[in-house]
Amino acid sequence: MQALSVRGLTKTYRNGVQALRGVDLDVERGDFFALLGPNGAGKTTLIGIITSLVNKTAGSASVFGYDLDTQLERAKSCIGVVPQELNFNMFESPLTIVINQAGFYGIPRKVARVRAEKYLRQLQLWDKRNSMARGLSGGMKRRLMIARALMHEPRLLVLDEPTAGVDIEIRRSMWEFLNEINASGTTIILTTHYLEEAESLCRNIAIIDNGHIVERDRMSNLLRGLRTETFILNLRDPVHAAPIIAGYALTLLDDHTVEAQVSKEQNLNGLFSQLAASGLEVLSMRNKVNRLEEVFMRLVEHRGTNG
Amino acid sequence: MAELTTLEDAGVAPSLNAVRWTGFVTIIIREYSRIVRIWGQTLVPSAVTAILYFVIFGSLIGRRVGQMGGFDYPQFIAPGLIMMSVITNSYGNSVSSFFGAKFGKHIEELLVSPLPNWIIVSGYASGGLLRGLMVGGVVTVVSLIFAHLPVRHLGLVIAAVLLTSMTFSLGGLINAVFAKNFDQVNWIPAFILTPLTYFGGVFYSVSMLPAWARALSHGNPILYMVNAFRYGFLGVSDVSVPSAFLIMVTLAVGLFLTALILMNRGVGIRE
Repeated sequence: MQALSVRGLTKTYRNGVQALRGVDLDVERGDFFALLGPNGAGKTTLIGIITSLVNKTAGSASVFGYDLDTQLERAKSCIGVVPQELNFNMFESPLTIVINQAGFYGIPRKVARVRAEKYLRQLQLWDKRNSMARGLSGGMKRRLMIARALMHEPRLLVLDEPTAGVDIEIRRSMWEFLNEINASGTTIILTTHYLEEAESLCRNIAIIDNGHIVERDRMSNLLRGLRTETFILNLRDPVHAAPIIAGYALTLLDDHTVEAQVSKEQNLNGLFSQLAASGLEVLSMRNKVNRLEEVFMRLVEHRGTNG
Repeated sequence: MAELTTLEDAGVAPSLNAVRWTGFVTIIIREYSRIVRIWGQTLVPSAVTAILYFVIFGSLIGRRVGQMGGFDYPQFIAPGLIMMSVITNSYGNSVSSFFGAKFGKHIEELLVSPLPNWIIVSGYASGGLLRGLMVGGVVTVVSLIFAHLPVRHLGLVIAAVLLTSMTFSLGGLINAVFAKNFDQVNWIPAFILTPLTYFGGVFYSVSMLPAWARALSHGNPILYMVNAFRYGFLGVSDVSVPSAFLIMVTLAVGLFLTALILMNRGVGIRE
């Protein structure tokens, strides 16, 4: 049984915009799944339909076997959602917000109080439990939405840009926390603009563009499909021109920095041995752009030129 | 072993009715907390207004008015003033709470939850009912300071206040569903609800009016509510009490169904 199964999902808004054009998608239970796409591609609409915030035009969807048309209450009980925009009452306290949310999912208050402490502590919000939510920092507000979504311990957690605007330290602690949640058996669907986030967290990926799923694969397969990677090499000694290395295209960025194109058929050993032979010492190296970003841009741009 | 396909198969799914009941109670608790948290906006103003009405209309002008419907003027207006506060507060609670939730987007907390729309409508309507009853209770206490208020038919008093409060609570909810800004939240209470309340027999008996005005007044549902409520206390009414209850029940049921249809269609809340 799939955690999420979507068939022929279409959505046309009243203004005529076709946000989804027959989307088919399966997400396996226990997966950490990335749903990526450029702005306006249909990600939030797809999530909106799954979470009942948007009415679909046609198609079907089921969550853990519960059909959204015929078993909506059961399906919604399985889902926890962290939306893109802040959507809690700013005049309530975090404790009240999470306990009430548990109540909306049928969790008795006694149980909810225990879970509230558990999740607010895990997300470092316990000290702020009685403060007014509007006084929380941006990162705390994001974490509060995650705590709220977990209160009914959903089998499927949908995260729509959960780390938007959050500093890197908090983002990494949130990744760690989400990995733990996933390891405990919760299926996670993540949309994000931080492709590094998707690459490091997710096992499977779908890329949506212009209302269509343009790619659906394992993350590792997708990254293996990269034809060329671009690396930035930092050299110990200055150079005045790009080194000439047989079989590799190198470009000088500044007197200590060189950009190298390495195709799928080549390897880095060859590059390094030739650099060493030329008397050049490489101090450090990094990808010019995130690998997933390269795949993403290729897929989206390819579609753009074909479409 | 065959794979368990649903929570029911696994025997771990709570009953839908248990989820609905807990959700319904949670909405009411949230509404109650809101009413109490902003008590200066919710509970106090109606008490102050009632005191002013009793001092000015009841004591100062009321002495010159003498009796109305066979009762002292403060006694006559007391049920109407209580009902007026119930109407405005029931309506005001639903419209402001639901529109506030729409505006702040936290209505989505309920929309993504498994609660069916009829529970959400019932929850908000009950929140309005709760505030109507709380404020009605406060105004009743104020009334007892200024007027002796006998209770002839307690059951009718309770039924009239519950039905009226529910009706206007649902009315406020529907207003909030359609409202796109704060002007549209205030428009109906200011230009429709207040005139209907003032012309609804709170301060006078419609028997005093010329025939055309009396006939016109009978098109005002608040006249029936105020008179049914007054009948429960004083045993006098300008309208047929059974007709009044029929109108109240019809309005409450009609507005509940309207609110439910709007929610099911996602008007104002779903794209």
